[in-house]
Amino acid sequence: MSEASVVKADPVASPAPPPRDEESIPHPMEEWLRMDRIPHIWCPTCGLGTVVTAFIEGLKQTDLERDNVAVVSGIGCTGRVAGYVKLDSYHTTHGRAIPFATGLALSNPKLKVAVVSGDGDLVGIGGNHFIHAARRNMDLTVILVNNFIYAMTGGQVAPTTPETANTTTTPYGAFEPPFNIPHLAEACGAVYVARWTSLHVRRLTESIRKALSKPGFALVEVVTPCSTLYARRNRLGSGLDLLKFYHDNSTIQNGARTSDVGIDFQKPFIVGEFVDHDRPTWFQLMEARMSATLGDKFIPKEGPSCTNSK
Amino acid sequence: MIKADPAGVLTGAHYLDGDEACAEGAIAAGCRFLAGYPITPSTEVAEHVAARFPMVGGTLIQMEDELASMAAVVGGVWGGTKSMTVTSGPGFSLMMENIGLAVMMETPCVIVNVQRGGPSTGLPTMPGQADMMQARWGSHGDYEVIAVAPNSPQECFDLTIEAFNLSERFRNPVFVMMDECVGHMTEKVVIPPADEIEVEPRFEYRGDPKEYLPYKVNGGNEYGIPIPPMLHAGQGGYYHTTGLTHDERGYPDMSPECQEWLLRRLVDKIRLHRDQLVHVEEDGVEGAEVVVLSYGISSRVATRGIALAREQGIKVGHIQMKIVWPLPDRRIDEVAGRVKGLVTVEMNYGQIALEVERIAAGRCRTSLVGHAGGTVQDPEKIAETIEEAAR
Repeated sequence: MSEASVVKADPVASPAPPPRDEESIPHPMEEWLRMDRIPHIWCPTCGLGTVVTAFIEGLKQTDLERDNVAVVSGIGCTGRVAGYVKLDSYHTTHGRAIPFATGLALSNPKLKVAVVSGDGDLVGIGGNHFIHAARRNMDLTVILVNNFIYAMTGGQVAPTTPETANTTTTPYGAFEPPFNIPHLAEACGAVYVARWTSLHVRRLTESIRKALSKPGFALVEVVTPCSTLYARRNRLGSGLDLLKFYHDNSTIQNGARTSDVGIDFQKPFIVGEFVDHDRPTWFQLMEARMSATLGDKFIPKEGPSCTNSK
Repeated sequence: MIKADPAGVLTGAHYLDGDEACAEGAIAAGCRFLAGYPITPSTEVAEHVAARFPMVGGTLIQMEDELASMAAVVGGVWGGTKSMTVTSGPGFSLMMENIGLAVMMETPCVIVNVQRGGPSTGLPTMPGQADMMQARWGSHGDYEVIAVAPNSPQECFDLTIEAFNLSERFRNPVFVMMDECVGHMTEKVVIPPADEIEVEPRFEYRGDPKEYLPYKVNGGNEYGIPIPPMLHAGQGGYYHTTGLTHDERGYPDMSPECQEWLLRRLVDKIRLHRDQLVHVEEDGVEGAEVVVLSYGISSRVATRGIALAREQGIKVGHIQMKIVWPLPDRRIDEVAGRVKGLVTVEMNYGQIALEVERIAAGRCRTSLVGHAGGTVQDPEKIAETIEEAAR
């Protein structure tokens, strides 16, 4: 039987793929990924792959020099992002990505430091660091991937889990009120706050570009399906179903009041760019204060000084 | 070794307390980043650094807690700056998490613990030496540390420089285990000219950044320590590092083989080179029938107890350990074979004393002059214990 007759016999079947030599077709992200670590560990239909793509695309569209960009992650599924991007990248301890990134940024002011981590990592165990970095307006871009659950450890309740959702540690339904992350970030002083789902790829990429280009504490929350734990435990279908649900049930409302953007279990919610204003960063404030008080005696930190040689 | 940057060195004779002397030592050693959280009796170190750093190109940030402080220090080092933090017992407990990260990522940094009485909030304004085992084993997993213990403001200055230098030589966190007495005691401190202060620069990677493998050991450093050279963020290496068990590339490798490959070296780089880490001051050890072992403020009180015992005609020697971890075990072993007794003086219920007992292995009497902290030892009690050991 010829190929043509197969197509005739089954009109919905996809045409046979062209013969491919894996070696000859480069991965479109090859230059920016640690290809020797691919395939990644994330589940099929998890949104994290899309987030990484959006992050790299957003980064490529900035004026930043690649050498000067560092990525810091904490622990968890999203915590593994640092292990896949081909940049100076640090996989740190649970919840401590932001303070580690703070040290990195203050140690070498020419760096742009991005923190990519999950909801449990950043506003659960790392919540104290999150609010203080926002208050200080530390020059960090934070990509917070919110899958509403502690996924790496097997699906426990998170500070973001919507009420009534089933998790392994709330087998009769979650009952604690969750964080509204954009509201939290704005209240603490973030200069840029946006939220998208992992299917809003173009808008997400643009928000990441803006966040990376902006000095100060910029937050992008990405609502992402956890296919293996959250979707399955709550009988929400496949990860793909959940991805589509989030996309179809989110309304874009740029400039929405962040107090109105809380997320209830499987209910419509608001996405968009909520906050975009300017205020001086920690470093700018520190330098201004020292210059005002000390005048010429103030010697600003210029860069790394590990060799202690001039 | 290179010479200290004169910009950070306050050459001359000063009247400083131990905390201030520690701060000056850190600045002289090239520390230009401090992240910390206030806690008695260590706060004066950070206060002194806060006043001095803006004039020497350093950055200090008061973090939201000690978890964050230690994490920021590790980040600061990977950003390319010599970094430190300062705390006391309760804060030290919180730092343990990221001290483990520093060990695993092989991050040279200095943690100062001005010890007070514990456990918990304990005696905030009074001395203790009961965090010695916490310094050794406080973070989870198997690892090695280096700890110095000064007994005067002058030693706070000198040993803080030594701590920074050793952290670079071994690519490991180093503890400065002070105590409230030493921290708050004011004495003359002589700061030498910058060209007389030796500073260990970072062991840096010099090859093509694109070829860099963050955990590939190529023969180690000039001291024969099997450590890989470092690249910092911003140098084009695009490298990865993690607190997970990792291979030469810094990539996670969850296998018993990789765990053995990595941990063996992390432990052996200190364990097998501990002869480079013996720093003791000895007095009358040769021919002694009893030898006193001590460190920090207890070593100064021990000196008085030893003098009292010598008045009774007992031949007593003294080993003051300026580096406590790793213990000078070969020296203690040698001495244990030819004395009647070893007396350990420390402000706890027996932490280093148990190590001494282990090393002596029944060949001589071992005793402890210890209590739970709050005040220094009674020299009379030290003398009595020496007399018992000599019987």
